[in-house]
This record gives sequence, C-alpha cells and structure tokens, in this order.
Amino acid sequence: MIGGLFIYNHKGEVLISRVYRDDIGKRQAADLAVFSSSWPFLEERVNRRNAVDAFRVNVIHARQQVRSPVTNIARTSFFHVKRSNIWLAAVTKQNVNAAMVFEFLYKMCDVMAAYFGKISEENIKNNFVLIYELLDEILDFGYPQNSETGALKTFITQQGIKSQHQTKEEQSQITSQVTGQIGWRREGIKYRRNELFLDVLESVNLLMSPQGQVLSAHVSGRVVMKSYLSGMPECKFGMNDKIVIEKQGKGTADETSKSGKQSIAIDDCTFHQCVRLSKFDSERSISFIPPDGEFELMRYRTTKDIILPFRVIPLVREVGRTKLEVKVVIKSNFKPSLLAQKIEVRIPTPLNTSGVQVICMKGKAKYKASENAIVWKIKRMAGMKESQISAEIELLPTNDKKKWARPPISMNFEVPFAPSGLKVRYLKVFEPKLNYSDHDVIKWVRYIGRSGIYETRC
Amino acid sequence: MTDSKYFTTTKKGEIFELKAELNSDKKEKKKEAVKKVIASMTVGKDVSALFPDVVNCMQTDNLELKKLVYLYLMNYAKSQPDMAIMAVNTFVKDCEDPNPLIRALAVRTMGCIRVDKITEYLCEPLRKCLKDEDPYVRKTAAVCVAKLHDINAQLVEDQGFLDTLKDLISDSNPMVVANAVAALSEIAESHPSSNLLDLNPQSINKLLTALNECTEWGQIFILDCLANYTPKDDREAQSICERVTPRLSHANSAVVLSAVKVLMKFMEMLSKDLDYYGTLLKKLAPPLVTLLSAEPELQYVALRNINLIVQKRPEILKHEMKVFFVKYNDPIYVKLEKLDIMIRLASQANIAQVLAELKEYATEVDVDFVRKAVRAIGRCAIKVEQSAERCVSTLLDLIQTKVNYVVQEAIVVIKDIFRKYPNKYESVIATLCENLDSLDEPEARAAMIWIVGEYAERIDNADELLESFLEGFHDESTQVQLQLLTAIVKLFLKKPTETQELVQQVLSLATQDSDNPDLRDRGYIYWRLLSTDPVAAKEVVLAEKPLISEETDLIEPTLLDELICYIGTLASVYHKPPSAFVEGGRGVVHKSLPPRTASNESTESPETAPAGAPSGEQPDVIPSQGDLLGDLLNLDLGPPVSGPPLATSSVQMGAVDLLGGGLDSLMGDEPEGIGAPNFVTPPAATAPANLGAPMGSGLSDLFDLTSGVGALSGSYVAPKAIWLPAMKAKGLEILGTFTRQVGSISMDLQLTNKALQVMTDFAIQFNRNSFGLAPAAPLQVHAPLSPNQTVELSLPLSTVGSVMKMEPLNNLQVAVKNNIDVFYFSTLYPLHILFVEDGKMDRQVFLATWKDIPNENEAQFQIRDCPLNAEAVSSRLQSSNIFTVAKRTVEGQDMLYQSLKLTNGIWVLAELRIQPGNPSFTLSLKCRAPEVAQHVYQAYETILKN
Repeated sequence: MIGGLFIYNHKGEVLISRVYRDDIGKRQAADLAVFSSSWPFLEERVNRRNAVDAFRVNVIHARQQVRSPVTNIARTSFFHVKRSNIWLAAVTKQNVNAAMVFEFLYKMCDVMAAYFGKISEENIKNNFVLIYELLDEILDFGYPQNSETGALKTFITQQGIKSQHQTKEEQSQITSQVTGQIGWRREGIKYRRNELFLDVLESVNLLMSPQGQVLSAHVSGRVVMKSYLSGMPECKFGMNDKIVIEKQGKGTADETSKSGKQSIAIDDCTFHQCVRLSKFDSERSISFIPPDGEFELMRYRTTKDIILPFRVIPLVREVGRTKLEVKVVIKSNFKPSLLAQKIEVRIPTPLNTSGVQVICMKGKAKYKASENAIVWKIKRMAGMKESQISAEIELLPTNDKKKWARPPISMNFEVPFAPSGLKVRYLKVFEPKLNYSDHDVIKWVRYIGRSGIYETRC
Repeated sequence: MTDSKYFTTTKKGEIFELKAELNSDKKEKKKEAVKKVIASMTVGKDVSALFPDVVNCMQTDNLELKKLVYLYLMNYAKSQPDMAIMAVNTFVKDCEDPNPLIRALAVRTMGCIRVDKITEYLCEPLRKCLKDEDPYVRKTAAVCVAKLHDINAQLVEDQGFLDTLKDLISDSNPMVVANAVAALSEIAESHPSSNLLDLNPQSINKLLTALNECTEWGQIFILDCLANYTPKDDREAQSICERVTPRLSHANSAVVLSAVKVLMKFMEMLSKDLDYYGTLLKKLAPPLVTLLSAEPELQYVALRNINLIVQKRPEILKHEMKVFFVKYNDPIYVKLEKLDIMIRLASQANIAQVLAELKEYATEVDVDFVRKAVRAIGRCAIKVEQSAERCVSTLLDLIQTKVNYVVQEAIVVIKDIFRKYPNKYESVIATLCENLDSLDEPEARAAMIWIVGEYAERIDNADELLESFLEGFHDESTQVQLQLLTAIVKLFLKKPTETQELVQQVLSLATQDSDNPDLRDRGYIYWRLLSTDPVAAKEVVLAEKPLISEETDLIEPTLLDELICYIGTLASVYHKPPSAFVEGGRGVVHKSLPPRTASNESTESPETAPAGAPSGEQPDVIPSQGDLLGDLLNLDLGPPVSGPPLATSSVQMGAVDLLGGGLDSLMGDEPEGIGAPNFVTPPAATAPANLGAPMGSGLSDLFDLTSGVGALSGSYVAPKAIWLPAMKAKGLEILGTFTRQVGSISMDLQLTNKALQVMTDFAIQFNRNSFGLAPAAPLQVHAPLSPNQTVELSLPLSTVGSVMKMEPLNNLQVAVKNNIDVFYFSTLYPLHILFVEDGKMDRQVFLATWKDIPNENEAQFQIRDCPLNAEAVSSRLQSSNIFTVAKRTVEGQDMLYQSLKLTNGIWVLAELRIQPGNPSFTLSLKCRAPEVAQHVYQAYETILKN
C-alpha cells in the first residue's frame, strides 16, 4: 500500500510529508544506522529524506518533460500528479493498485479544494495542520478510508473539534456515517424549501480531416446534481436512454417509433458511488440517495448521432516559401433560435512567422506571437449561420529542413443544448419519513454543451 | 487563520524558544508551539530534542492538539524509545475514552509507533477495540492488526489476532469487512503458504454482499481479494462474474480495473461456447474505453493495462481502434502508449485509417513519438500485406522530408519490409542510397548496409558504397561492423571479379585488427568458407532467410498470464512481475490464471489420458528456467528482424552447435592471425543431416512391424497427447508420447503447423531432469513445415544428459525452437520407458535384497479393476521389462515376485498379490530410492490396463 505521501512546491521543497510505512528508504537507512548509533534520530530523518529527495532530483528537477506519471527510482515507485504549481507524490515499495493510488491523489485534491479552495503553496502552508489531520483520517497505514467531504466535514473542522460539546448521540452518528452504507450523507438534514438542480454538462470532441470527414467524434457528458433536500430522500433519475425507451415502448409500437427518434444510444456510463449499481445492471434504473449539496451523479459517453454544433472548413495555401494564405469558414449547425457563446477559433501559425494580416467579418481576431496562433473570438452566434476569416501570414526564410507540422485548428464554444441529444425525462424524489412529496420539490434542469477537443486538421 | 507563519521562524535559538513555549501554561500558546514544531519537522529540521516537552502536551482534551502531538510521536518515537513509553499511559487511557473518535485515534496512532516496548502494551487495547461496539473503532483496529503484524508477526499470531480479524469478515458493517479483507490480504502475502484468507463459496458470498455496500476504496480491496480466489468450476466462476459486472459502471477507475481483473481471470474458466462468455466480452469493451476519458495519469495506467488485455483477448477491443487515436494535447506518455495499442489493433479492416493517422503523427514534434510512429508504419506493412505498398510510399514521403531521425527510422523499418517481401520494392533502393550520408545511428547504418549487401547485384556502385563505410571500420559499433562484414561477403559472392580486394580488406580488418570475438569468429568462418568451398559459402551466406514474425514486442505468454492476474497494479504498469521491483518476499507470490474446469464435463477418461499423468496438467508451460534454455536455443545475435545471415533455413540447430565446437578446437591448435586457413571444412556446410537419427528411428519402426505381433517386443506406448497447444506456441502444435523399443527410448512427436506462415529451423532441448534424459540426435524436420502440414517423427533419447531432481520426479521440461520463437512446455514421461532389458534379478539376490531394504521403504498400492490372471499379467509386464523372478501360490493367492531396473541402475523389487476372481491386485514395492515407488506403481497401472 501507499508508503508515504508528500506535497512539494514547484521548487521541490517539501510542504507536507507523511510517512505511513517504514519501508520507504529502509535500505539506505540501514546502511546509515551503523554510523548513526550515537545519533539515533538521524536514521529516521535520513529515512524520510531519501524518498523525498529522490523524487525532487529525478522528477521535479528533471530537465526532460515528464515521461511517465509513475517513476521507479531504486525500487521505490513514485506516483505523482500536478495541480498548478504543486506536486503531490505517493510513494510505495510494494506492488500496489496503481489505479487506486491515482484515484486517491485526485480525491485528496478534491478534499483539499473542498476545505480551503485552490491548491496553492500559500493555501497548503496556511492549512498544514488541517492537511495532516485529513491525511491521518483518509489514509490509514496507506489504505484509503472514507474520503467523502460531506462526512469528513462533520468531524474534521478548521476550528478544532468540539469533542467536549458533542453528545454521545452525535458522536455515534458521526462514526456510523463515516463507516456506514450511506457514508456520503448525514441524517437529519432539513430544508424549508426542497430544491434540486440538474446540470447536463457535455463536452463534444471532434477530429475532422481537412476534407470534412469525421475521423472521430464523441461526447463525454456529466450529470451534475445540486440537491437541497430534507431527510434521506430516495431519488430516481430517468433519461432518454435507448435501451430503457425500447424496453418500455414494446407494448405500443406507435410510441416506439415516435420516441425512438429521440432516444440516444449510450456507449457507456459510470456512476457516483451513491447509485445502486446492481439495480442499474439488472433493470437499468438509476436510483440513489444523494449526498447533500453538489455532486457528479453520472458520466457517460456517446458516439452515435452526435450533433456537431460547428463545422470548420480550412483552406491553407503556401505562396512561395515566405507566405501562407489561410481562409477558415465556420458554420453553425443547430436551431436558428439558439445562440452559441464564447466562440474561439485558434489557427496555428508556423514558428517562423514574421507578420500576420487578418480580416474577419464577425468578432475579433488577433495574432498572438507567443502562442504561435491566430485567435479569433466571436461573442455570440445563432444557429445555421456562417462566418469566415482570412489571413496572410508572412514567413521568415529559414534553412530548417523540417516542414511545418501544421497542427490542427481547434475551436472552443458553448451551446445551450446537449450535443449527444440526451434529455432528462424525470427525477423523482421520495422521502417516506418526512411529509413532503415529489410535487413539492422544485426542480431545475439545464443543458450546456461545450467543446472538448474540437479539432479540424488543415 | 493562517499557519504559514510557522514555516518562517528559523532562528538559532529556536529550539530553546520552542521549549519554553511548550511548557507554557497557556493552552493557546502550547498549541501554537506544537504547530511550529510540526512545521519544522515537515521541512526536515530536527526537532527531536523537544520530545519530552511535546509528549507533556499529550494530556489534553483538545483533540486538535492531541492529533498534533500524536503526529510528532509517530515521527520521533522510534528514536526515543524510552521516552515514548511515557506516552503509553495516555494511549491506554484514550482507548477507553467514551468518544469513539478518540478510541480509534489512540489505537490508530499506537499502531504507527514502531517501538517494541509499546507494542506489548498495544495488545490489550487492540483486543478490546477489535470487539468495540462502534464500527469506526473496529475498522481502525482491523488495519491496526496489519500494522502490528508488520512490526511483530509472531506476536500477532500468538495473541490470536488473526482469528479475530477473520471473524471481522462477517461483520455487519461493510467498511469493517473491507478493512479486514485489506489487512488479511496483506498479511497473507507475507505468508504465501498459510491459508489465511481461506476463501470458500460462503466467504466469497459475504464479500460479494459487502461489495455492494462499502466505499469505493473498500470495493477495491474486496475485488483485489476476490481476484485471488479460484472458483471450483465454471458455474461458480460465472455466478461471481455476474455479481461483479455491475462494478464496471463505477465512477472510480480503480474499481473498474479491479473488476476487469476479476472478470479477465475468471473468464479463463468459462467455455467459449457459452452465451455468457460472449456477453461478458461485449460488456468489457465500453468501460475500458471510458477509462480513456479519465485524467491523463489514470489514462496511462489504463492504457498499459489495455495493452495486456489486447494481447490476451484481442477480440474485446478489435472494433475500438478510433478511441486510441492520439490527441494533439495528450501528454507524451499517453501518446506513446496509444500508438502501441494502435499497432496491435491494426488489421486489414482499419488499416487505411491507421495509416492516415500514423502519417500525421510522423510530423509531430516529440522525437520519440515520431520515431515510434514511423516504426509503426513499418509494422503495419509487415502485418497487413495489402497495405504494404501504401506503407512503403508513405515511408518514402517521410524520407523526402530529410528530417534526420525520421529518415533513419524509416530506413530501419524498410529493411524489415524487404525481409518480409523480398524482391518487391527494390525500386526504392535508389532513394535510400541518396540518404546514406545522413545516417549517424548504428541501427540505421546497419540496416542500410544490410540492404546494400542484400541487393548488391542491383546496385551498380554497391562496392563504392560499402567501401565508403570501411574507412572508419573500427569506429563503428559492433552491429555495423558485423553487418558490413556480411554485406561485403555477399557482394563478393555476387560480383566476385571486381570485389576481391574489398573482401580481403574487410576480412583482415575483422579477423586481425578487431578485439571483438563475435566479429573475429564470423570473419574466420567466412574466410574459411570462401577459401575452401565457395559454393558452400554461397549456400550458407546467400541462403533463403526465414520469415520475420508479424507481431513484435509481444509479451511472453506465461508472463502475460501472470500480468493479467495483476491488472490495475504497478506490475501491470511496468509490465514486469512484482518480483522485479518489490524488495524481499512481500507480494511476490507467483500468480497464474486458473485452468478451465467445467462442472458438466467428467474428468477425462483414462484411455485418452497420457500414461500416469493427471489430466489437465499436461501442456504445462515452464516459467522460469525457460530463460536459460531460450538463451541456449536462440541463435539470433541481434533482434529477430536483423538476424545475422547465419541463421539459414538449411542449417540445423545441432549442426550449428557442432560448428561452434569444431571451431573452438580449431582455434586451439592453430595460431591466430595466420593467413587464409585452408584445410578445414567447416561442418556447417557439409553436414546438413545427421544420419544417425533417422536411421535409428527407421530401424525401430522396422522392428515394430516385424515383431509387433504379440506386443512382446516393446513396452506399452501411450497414445499421443497434446503437449504444446497451438495457441501457446504461435501456431505450432506438438503431440507426443514416449516409446521404448529394444533398449532404445524415443520420443515420438507429431508437429502440426497451424499458423499461416512456413515454419523452419526446428530444434529441441531438454532441461536437466531426474533421469538425465536428453535428445540423442538433433530434431530432424527435413522440409519447412508449411501451414496446416503435419509431420511425424521420432526423436531418439539417451539417458546420459545432466541430472537434476525434478518435482514430480518424471517431469520433463522441453524447449522447442523454430524460426518464429522458442516455446517451452513440460510433460510427464511414464517411468516404464526407463525399465532396462537386463532387469531380471537372480532369485537368491532378490531374496537377500528384499530383506536388506528396510521395511519403511516398502510402499503398498492397490491396482483395481484388472481382469487379467497371473500368467497374462506376468507376460504383459515382461514386455515392458518388469521380470517375474518367482511365483508362489499361498492360500489360493498368486504371489508374483518381480524385479526391474531403471536406466540409472536403481533396482525396484515388487510383490504382486493376485486373488483369482478378484480384479483388485495388491502391489508392494521395495526400493532403496522410495520416491520412485509412486511412479513405478503408475507404470504398473498403465501397462496392465492398456
């Protein structure tokens, strides 16, 4: 299991170090122990510092780009993730579950973010006591324990624990929640207004050939739920999943044909741990008791019948060795009544560009030398419209033999619908113990489609 | 509130100041001081001098302060064991605290303090906590047992904590179950033999129930534990799979991968005809693809695992090529892995798309990635014949870019394409030659030289080109030198008139001025060949080359199977077994996939089972010793594709060995450096066939025909059984059995080529074994084995090989090599092939020996259901060299006294008791080496029942 966990700043200085297992740096320590018998503490220190330093020297200070997120240095494995300038590294000498270690590191980031916001050197230093407390709780002997913020916040607080004031009932409620079947929600939550928000957030990914052929396209979507519900509500979520619709529609052929058009084929989906997976597996129904507040209910992926909100048509012409002519047309491909926002088209330019002249009909375009790209921004664009940009790129003559790689033209945007075609059909709430019913819950649903990696080769 | 200020005070008198603050009366000040201490500790300063002062702060009802003190204790207790004892009282007291959080904190921290004296005090509180009413305390105590075991394993066993831990598997709280499973799994790893986890259908059921209820981490612990279980039959495997599949939809990738591991492992037991098998295959693909939309680090772990899964079960992802297309912004480690998988999935159906992608990648920035992409194009050409032409033209385009490393990489792969499709694309040679000067990497230079040598007759200025390399001969790497030597010899054989000088030059460079033995040896071989028999030289040097294999970098099948058992773990990321990177004995238990056992199939009937061997064990692949054998058998000096020209199809394995030996002896009596050696005929060229072997087998065949009437001449021969299934040996299937005919043992083999390519260059070797069995002649497969062809042959065996006791005794590990690869399998030979003809003992001697052998060496066996009478038994056994020395009739029972002798001189004495009318015989065996008794008994069984 995880032998130790370290947090470094960008210089490689240790901000947090927590060792769970003795084996981290054991051998080196044994070598040193002979000399340090009069200074017994030295052993412990060297012990730790070895692992710490090895990572700094080999990864953080390495000249080369990171070639692997898992590094093995002297039979010790280092897993690392980076958040802004901060490195989190888990260290082990055993054959651990690698996927679990990374999942844990991400979770650790989430937990820290939930407690003190952005993960930065300053925030970490400001909260180091809290972080140690968290690390003590969510990782025991290197085994991840309950790491749901909802539960953790009930007994790890920044104000110091109020152990004196807690009653016995409160204490056992905490422990039963931390270890219980519904570790993500505490009992006794009350709201005057029972309300829930559903956001269907999709990112649509595309790779298109210069000729307009779709090389690959998929939507990865998330359903994020924010719930303010009293008690322990039992929820059931329904969407226009093809398998469900076809199953239901079997009786009436008419409806099948009608709803068949609107249903979507989901390639795969994964759920928050509150969802009863065996029920989904057998009945394909999504039922759960939600955590309080915001959480990600599900993730899904679709590849069929995707609505591609924009089409990019590039035209690049090399005029001699010192000039490029670029023309790019974008076409919006959705209902005219809808508006796309935050549109940005990024046209890469060669490294030896000396000057660029741009003409666009709509929005603003600028050549950004530092990014080697022309960035064209349009605030809003309605459906079924088109717009174009043309640019002349002057090049410095070079004797570089290698041709310009022509990176793809990428695009960013946001549209108010789900490109996969997913529709929320219902979200039913039952709370048998309290006297509010499904009708009393105020529900909000919103669809946002964003560009993921939306690229057209040129 | 900001804590960062604690990081900044680093003055000289700091320790002193802190000491004062720690002893302050004010609670707040104390807390501040402890925080400062912890901050110093974190940045690596030594604050151990404050130990007594910090421990003094432990007695507090402020939980935050308590936790900080505990943190300090965990760090420094080991260096101050005597002081740490001071803390024990507080711990013990805290373990009784009414607040479960404090009880758990105390037991958790105590386990982290690795001081022997403290662990003694830990036992009582831990015992209580394991039975605590609060699940939070129990789950913490469960992990604490693992901690204690790590410090003092004996103590844990003596105190009976393991049993308590086992009980926790049935706990009502899922998290307690999960932690108990995790702790037990870890402890079990350090005791591979103990049956600690004791998984049985009941406990599995409990785990599966807990699986639905516990946290994501708990699910991982449980799934990883389940993966170690071997279901008793396919029905149980299926029912576990059914309950594990819902986990594939979990948001946590580690849960998904661990579930995949369980499914991949248990699938091994399911019959492919089962509907469920197909369903399962279909269910596996989407979650694997979904893993690719996780964060990049997890994508990397997933891709490394998918790489294994694709090799094990290519059918799962064969339609998912597109998801492995590289994205421009992928981190480089993700890109490289995706590329690897793309090559594995490339097929005729998707080749066009793949090629278009690869061409894009070849223009990217990262050098490693571009190189790999270029190489991938070459692999595609070799793998999918229809695409070869397009691949070649793509590679030519890339060469035109003149980017140095692209050109070099392209030339290396074009060489492979030439190997695969000889004489098809030589039109591109001109283009390649243009780039000769820009090649600065040995591999590319060697490849180019190979091409020039191979096509010397079509390149007008081949001699000039090669000569230009010769100038700096000694500065080249060995790879290039060897290749240059061979290429010039090829050139000479093709255009002898104008290149005589050149060849002499290179031969003298290689033999006289080089320190490299490989190069020198090769130089001498050529020299002698050329000077004695140019025709033979031509046959050897210009021989048709074996085909190169389509797949590269495949993981060796046994390793692959082992790695499948480690899906999700570091081993699967490194593609190495844990023993390669884990120190000591921990976690290095060898794992293997379960064999397929169907509940509805009865065990194989004895007729088809190979003599004396339990069914199912037969096609056993040798794990570790194989490496050595592989080295011995592997002729190729370089990577398989750039094989030296010596590995020709006409030269047999055995002959090459001879060559080596012959040359050594020559070298001995001949001073080095003398001009052209002229009188030796190297055996390689003239001894293509060893006549002994086929003759021997022919003779025995003859014998079989003439005297085979009464089955008196030879011992019983079991029908051929599959020793090496085609699946495990890239298409080579081997069936075999052992025979003994008039004093000679042989191995009858049937080789079938179930692959799509021709197989040549067969050779065989045995590992050392109990009776020194060894091939007496090389394996003679006279013609290349074309697809779907079967050849039967008999390999004479001797018993003079090296001896090593095997387990079981009659285990024989065999390595078979052909042009594709080396394969390993092990088989059990029936002992009666080792019974020699002069095994009849004199009566008196028999009597004396029987008495002489101590009684504890006597073994008794029952032979059931044998309908023969004493006469028939005696004669049948005699044909297998078990001789009846005497016969007595006592109280209506026939007693046969028999003797036999093994090839290594061990005598076995037997008493066989036969009651007329009773088909059960009693066999008593006496032998000075009692371990053979079991196998002799099996031989009796085999002989009498067939």
